[in-house]
Amino acid sequence: MSAQLLLEVADDELILGWRNSEWTGIAPMLEEDVAFSSIAQNEIGHARALYELAARELGTTADELAFDRPPDEYRCSKLVQLRLVPDWARTIARHVVYERADQVRLEALKASDDLEIAGLAAKIDREEAYHRMHAQMWAERLAEEPHFTAALAQLEPLVGVRDEHVPEFGELWEEMTEVRRSVAGATW
Amino acid sequence: MGPAGAPGPGRVIYEVFRQERRGQAFAHAGSVEAPNIAFADDYAREQFGRRGESVALWVVPRESVHAIEDFVDELHRNYHRVDGYPLKEKLAKARVRAVTA
Repeated sequence: MSAQLLLEVADDELILGWRNSEWTGIAPMLEEDVAFSSIAQNEIGHARALYELAARELGTTADELAFDRPPDEYRCSKLVQLRLVPDWARTIARHVVYERADQVRLEALKASDDLEIAGLAAKIDREEAYHRMHAQMWAERLAEEPHFTAALAQLEPLVGVRDEHVPEFGELWEEMTEVRRSVAGATW
Repeated sequence: MGPAGAPGPGRVIYEVFRQERRGQAFAHAGSVEAPNIAFADDYAREQFGRRGESVALWVVPRESVHAIEDFVDELHRNYHRVDGYPLKEKLAKARVRAVTA
């Protein structure tokens, strides 16, 4: 498996985790705030593990891959780049679309010849199972909401789009890399 | 019981009990507000189980809990109670008596 493919997955998880974390403190219910923030944190944890694998192959570090690349090198899907706060129904629609696509991808990674990748995918999948349960119960709850179903249809085609960035991705990159860029050469 | 107050519209308050180790008694951990048991399951896991602090949870609708809060003792039958009965002191005195006897 090429490091580039690992980067696609890692970038997806990092950026989605970042976007989901934008709900921390403002989710529709306190309980949901905790649950969704926890999902965001898991996604960023997955990103870190994937960056570490890619970094070994590329002779660099996870931090450098996550935060020191120019914005146009990020290979994340257009789906995860969108800033959806404060639209909860669209956020859930993205969550559902992403978890579905991610499940297919994880199944493929679990079958990888590279045992390290297969092992990591299996580990990630055990956490993703809870994300899928969470997405599923929300999908059932919102199934009759036209705003939600329209969002599903609108977001679905974006999953595979990786060579374009939405305008607000630039802002996210600025914010996300600001600390790393604030002191040049710092190793923290 | 967890925080007082009525749940929001269409929502239920669930009381959550957690078991720290197998074989131990379940203790009240807190409560979650959720639209149904599927959400309550997810929220209870997140709040009381994700750090390995529990081996099992019980999630119970608050309405299913039969609460008893009044303990009437009109006749002050304090001989039914064990407080105010300083057994330790009495034992100490009895020991002294036994030695000096």
